[in-house]
Amino acid sequence: MIDLPVVWFALIAVLLTGYAVLDGFDLGAGILHFVVSRGARERGLILGSIAPVWDGNEVWLLTAGGALFAAFPLLYATVFSGFYLALVLVLLALIFRAVSLEVRETSASPAWRRGWDVVFSVSSFLVALLLGVAIGNVLAGIPLDAGGVYRGGLLGLLRPFPLLAGLLAVAMFTMQGAAWLALRTDGELRGRSRAAGAAAATAFVALWIVVTVASMSVPALRDLPLGGAAYVAPALVVGASAAFLAASRRGADGAAFLASSLAIAGLLALGALALFPDVLPATDAARSLTVRNAASSDLTLTAMLVIALVGMPLVLAYTIFVYVRFRRARIESYS
Amino acid sequence: MDPTTLARVQFAMTVMFHFLFPAITIGLGLVVAILETLRWRTRDPLWDRTALFWTRIFGLTFLMGVATGIVMEFQFGTNWARYSAFVGDVFGAPLAAEGVFAFFLESTFLGVLLFGRSIVSSTVRWLAAVLVALGSTLSAFWIIVADSWMQTPAGYVVEGGHARLTDFWTAVLNLSTLTRFSHTVVSTWVMGAFLVLGVSSFYLLSRRHRDVALASIRVALVVAFVGTLLIFVTGDRGARQVAVTQEAKFAAMQGVYTTTVGAPLVIWSLPPTQDPADAVQAPEIVVTRLLSFLAFGNVTAAVRGLSEFPLADWPPVALTFLAYHNMVAIGTLLLVEMLAAALLVWRGTLESHRTWLRILMWSTPLPMIAIQLGWMTAEVGRQPWLVYGVFRTQDGVSDNVATFDLALSLALFAAAYLVIAWLWIRLFVGEVRRGPAVAA
Ligand code: HDD
Ligand code: HEM
Ligand code: HEM
Repeated sequence: MIDLPVVWFALIAVLLTGYAVLDGFDLGAGILHFVVSRGARERGLILGSIAPVWDGNEVWLLTAGGALFAAFPLLYATVFSGFYLALVLVLLALIFRAVSLEVRETSASPAWRRGWDVVFSVSSFLVALLLGVAIGNVLAGIPLDAGGVYRGGLLGLLRPFPLLAGLLAVAMFTMQGAAWLALRTDGELRGRSRAAGAAAATAFVALWIVVTVASMSVPALRDLPLGGAAYVAPALVVGASAAFLAASRRGADGAAFLASSLAIAGLLALGALALFPDVLPATDAARSLTVRNAASSDLTLTAMLVIALVGMPLVLAYTIFVYVRFRRARIESYS
Repeated sequence: MDPTTLARVQFAMTVMFHFLFPAITIGLGLVVAILETLRWRTRDPLWDRTALFWTRIFGLTFLMGVATGIVMEFQFGTNWARYSAFVGDVFGAPLAAEGVFAFFLESTFLGVLLFGRSIVSSTVRWLAAVLVALGSTLSAFWIIVADSWMQTPAGYVVEGGHARLTDFWTAVLNLSTLTRFSHTVVSTWVMGAFLVLGVSSFYLLSRRHRDVALASIRVALVVAFVGTLLIFVTGDRGARQVAVTQEAKFAAMQGVYTTTVGAPLVIWSLPPTQDPADAVQAPEIVVTRLLSFLAFGNVTAAVRGLSEFPLADWPPVALTFLAYHNMVAIGTLLLVEMLAAALLVWRGTLESHRTWLRILMWSTPLPMIAIQLGWMTAEVGRQPWLVYGVFRTQDGVSDNVATFDLALSLALFAAAYLVIAWLWIRLFVGEVRRGPAVAA
């Protein structure tokens, strides 16, 4: 008999990892948009490299949201209503990020394009930051009342630990974006992307250490279950970041992208392990939402498992097909 | 305004605005898939140019659907937390299935269709068009599963204040899923086809891009003609299903206050009101006994009136009635237009008939309006229930979101949507101005 709530806890972590790895690079490319490019032509190259794939990447987030709703409805309801204004901001950022790529092309005016490129860049940054802050709040736990409802508003979320987690997320996505750009561009743009990647990876590891130290003061995180896996994840974070730096210096951009993706997987695995068996720790531990008390019925979880087992292999197959096909493509429409 | 009203206004605004775009893309997706098939089979450059032109319009509309859809996915949690907690066990799975089976498919292959032309083979390009159309239709299926479960819930029990799934397929294929899905998909075909007809007529009227316009009309006219007929077939089935499963909604749609044996069909009347005393209403145009016949296949069947339901269970009567009657009116108008078109095609004078082209051009928004009216009928008519007969709308709204936050987010989304609408029009007009590539 498999433990369905635990399986779904793990699967949602996998979906979020898929999101962070894939949308991570286009968010990161957005954050770096003005940092690594010189002139309109290079900005076009950056956008062209993500234009065919960013929407598919974002679907990982949508699917994770749907899976969360189905598997842990109480978590979905509590967190999304509790983090209301922060989420509204994320949604607005995602809306304008989505349209900016297309809209910039409707006019040749440099000011128009520049304006929408700014929208694209700022919204990418905001999404990365706010998602990090949100995850940080979930990890740190929030005060829930007797009805299991959070009433602290936006200000209650702006605490040191989650804010640090937000910065960590920005560094992580930036590293991933730099790894992508180094892989998909050439010449000076590639050189600048590698340099940005090195800076971002350094910041990522430094922030990770700060966040880890800060987590000692967070009650919900103090007693990490120190089983074998709990050592693998931090080792992955540090080891993969180091591998990224080394590979990037050697010019092995494919290996560097892989290393950066592994570092992300390590960080998300660590977060998931720290959270488990809670899905949302409450300040008063008795009110915490856990894998048990927040999960859907076994029938729903089984149906969802069938959906995932049938659907996700197909998704992975055609996603890989498309990435392989577009590997060497130059998208000309962005200029 | 109280929080429930604010949340309802926000939901109605976001879902109606979102649905404008997917509705276009589902219908246009079919047209593009047909055009791509013709291009792939015939290798005729004319089909190639025609398909490319509509693919660009498809792409920019899809994008707006994505931008507005993101809000929908999370809105149940933000604004309807108590509803989400109540219903997640049943309702979440279709949303997740939509992501797995539909969104991935559409978005991945749209990338191929829009950007892969010089990279993939002719067959893969065709396949991408077909898969994108399939993905859009699948996403309509799963979302309508979710909605139809709220209309005619099945396959669940309520336990400890939560709905719990007891039978997956009974919940998915509940009493109204297939009628609602078929009617909706067919109406999106009509909507997409009328968009193609409208733009093509504009080209013919302004004597530009004649070859592409005629090629587009050939395909779109078939889709529009068949679709319009099917709208009646599926709409009639939908109405008969509502008559059985949601009697209060049906009474409001038809404006029936008192239970009537051999009820007449109201063709036209002043909108009914929320006041039971308004039962006797004049003036109106009716067809004797027709309603009983249409709903139950029997001229003497009884149609239950609103007066049999407690006032607290009445939907907003006037809105439901008006939305329904105007949808049917538009449907009838579209049918007349299509019959006229068939006549002109038969005579071979379609292209030279400028009045008819003008009518077609100005008809472009009609299906869009009808489709919104149809959803208003379905959703407003469902009130005061979120899950019909089981869970009331007022019980579903988040109670931890400050009224100010709700109002602020409503204002922000409204402003964002104004910008989006303006951008879409700008993009659309830009594409139409640019027109298809000229023949080499
Ligand atoms: C192009 C758009 C369009 C047109 C011309 C029509 N419809 Fe429609 N109708 C829709 C688009 C639509 C819709 C937006 O797709 C709805 C909303 C929910 C649904 O299932 O379809 C709808 C709902 C809807 C409902 C309510 C179903 C419910 O409450 O769940 C009924 C009874 C009908 N329709 C019947 C008709 C009839 C008899 C028509 C005859 C002309 C008609 N519709 C034309
Ligand atoms: C298929 C997925 C859909 C679901 C799950 C759904 C669900 C809901 C919910 C939760 C509400 C809030 C209750 C309320 O405001 O009274 C609502 C209301 C509404 N929905 Fe839907 N809806 C869906 C599709 C649509 C579509 C496609 C449209 C229109 C294009 C639509 C139009 C409306 C309108 C107009 C209201 C407001 C009704 C009122 O306030 O009286 N819905 N729906
Ligand atoms: C009220 C519930 C609804 C939710 C939660 C919802 C959610 C979403 C989301 C998240 C997207 C973006 C997908 C992407 O990134 O590719 C989207 C797009 C889409 N939605 Fe909705 N939607 C709702 C209503 C509807 C309805 C009623 C339909 C169809 C009948 C529909 C059909 C589509 C389609 C076809 C797309 C693809 C984008 C496009 O073609 O424009 N949605 N929806």
